[in-house]
Amino acid sequence: MPRVTPQAIPIEVRGLVKRYGELVAVDGVDLTVEAGDVFGYLGPNGAGKTTSLRMMLGLIRPSAGEVRLFGRDPQLGVKALEGVAGFVEAPSFYPYLSGRENLRLFASLDGGDALERIEESLGIVGLAGCAKDRVGGYSHGMRQRLGIAAALLRKPRLLMLDEPATGLDPGGMRDMRDLIRELSAGGMTVILSSHLLAEVEELCNRVAIVRSGRIAYQGSLAELRAQAGDSYLLRTSDEARARAVLAAQPGIEGLEATADGTRFGARDESAVGALSLALADADAPILELSRRHATLEDLFFSLTEGDAPPPAAPAADGAPRRHPVEAA
Amino acid sequence: MNPGVLTVYRWELRKLRAQKRTYLGLGAAALVPIIFVVALATQSGQPDEVAFGRYLHDTGLAVPLVLLLFGSVWMFPLITALVAGDIVAAEDRHDTLKGILTRSVERQQVFAGKVLATFTYAVLAIAITGAVALGAGILASGFNSIVSLSGTRVSATEGLGLVGLSLCFYLVPILAVASIGLLFSTVFRNSAAAIVGTLMFSLLVQLVGILPGLGALHPYLLSTQFNAWQGFLRSPIDWGPVIRALWVCALYAAPALFAAVLVFLRRDVAGD
Repeated sequence: MPRVTPQAIPIEVRGLVKRYGELVAVDGVDLTVEAGDVFGYLGPNGAGKTTSLRMMLGLIRPSAGEVRLFGRDPQLGVKALEGVAGFVEAPSFYPYLSGRENLRLFASLDGGDALERIEESLGIVGLAGCAKDRVGGYSHGMRQRLGIAAALLRKPRLLMLDEPATGLDPGGMRDMRDLIRELSAGGMTVILSSHLLAEVEELCNRVAIVRSGRIAYQGSLAELRAQAGDSYLLRTSDEARARAVLAAQPGIEGLEATADGTRFGARDESAVGALSLALADADAPILELSRRHATLEDLFFSLTEGDAPPPAAPAADGAPRRHPVEAA
Repeated sequence: MNPGVLTVYRWELRKLRAQKRTYLGLGAAALVPIIFVVALATQSGQPDEVAFGRYLHDTGLAVPLVLLLFGSVWMFPLITALVAGDIVAAEDRHDTLKGILTRSVERQQVFAGKVLATFTYAVLAIAITGAVALGAGILASGFNSIVSLSGTRVSATEGLGLVGLSLCFYLVPILAVASIGLLFSTVFRNSAAAIVGTLMFSLLVQLVGILPGLGALHPYLLSTQFNAWQGFLRSPIDWGPVIRALWVCALYAAPALFAAVLVFLRRDVAGD
């Protein structure tokens, strides 16, 4: 029987598809999560993130494609989940049992020395004080934390979390992020789905941005930012004349009229310098000419809300891929 | 120790112990015999038209036997369905399947544990009814000999053994009902629908039994098998209905369980 080894890739997903009749919830997803990653699976609600995670955990049968967790197929049995833990959507428990009893139940189903980790896990998530209370009386945040505790019982090498901060108050969100950072620092690989850009930006080193069931980008956040490029904003006293100059100017592209002025892209800084001279020659005095850095939010929206469909061909393993919709 | 069916079974029993519906079912199993005996003690009449009805005032041994006859209409199917119809559907109600199916037990082990727990509950319900009915019946009517269906008198001790045997055999159709409840619970994913469905199935089968022109079906109806224990109370024992009940009930239970397992193994745990 293959054992979980540090060398095995935590998650490999190839051509994953899930159809519900006419609806294609997940459409050819390819993912690679490397050991040590805190991987953000980012996309708007309904993009297919949870369905993908359920398939990765063996809860849903893929219509096509395959998943490997540390090299093993979760569709073939729970052996593939050795070293893997997490939750999809809100973690759920038996409301008529106490928090501790719920963990005892899960630990019993885990086997090994999971039962011995109950108190430690309760302590890590800060629930030791109310572990004897029935889960039916727990708040949403407490259930989220109990979900993490239930995952920690398995001493996972790969933690899969679906919207872990959803429904938490700001303090709870901070605690959850601190905990994920702590677990990651301890060597755990984490994949977390989220529709919250800030959460992903704060925690993750790599991301996949999913849109309508398809991967629109996969790679590091740094690469994504680098690809975005910068834009410029121009405001003059004669916008019509300025736009005519912009349109005729070599190295200037992607003109967009905004309420603040005209936004454009430039091949390089010299093209912008030439533009300023041309505007002066054309008697269109410059009121503002500034560089605008693309924010991740701009990129996220451009990747997830553009009209054009995502590219059909999957990216090479781990290679960054840009959606053709222009960012920034 | 690696977790397996016994681990799931133990926790299913623990979960049953923590739920009100369990006590509702087992409470009814205990209460009905008491009400029956109290009603019997407060009046001189008796249900002469049913087997052993005329001996209710003569011996407490007749009480559980008469209750088995009355209970087959809806009481025992309902008590059984309360848990059988809920035990899988409750996981959907609480959305907990995703939690237990991502641990270290396989789906078939989870299902087997649930089947065993359901059967245990059904056994307990019948045992409680039998014990309470015997105790209350003996208190009210004494521990006396009983007349078998063949007209021969059976000593109290031997009669007690035959009552025990009858109660045990009554479990055969009860477990078939439990299997159908498990199927409905797995397929409907809704406790109320599964419980009502199981009861409706039980009542419909009885309805078929009283429809004119369908006499040839009677030996193969599940409802008929609830009377098979009477074969033990003939002298000599009439094995015909007993043996038929075994295979007829298996024909109801096995496909139901098989279908339920298939659905459970193949289903997507996709939430709402």
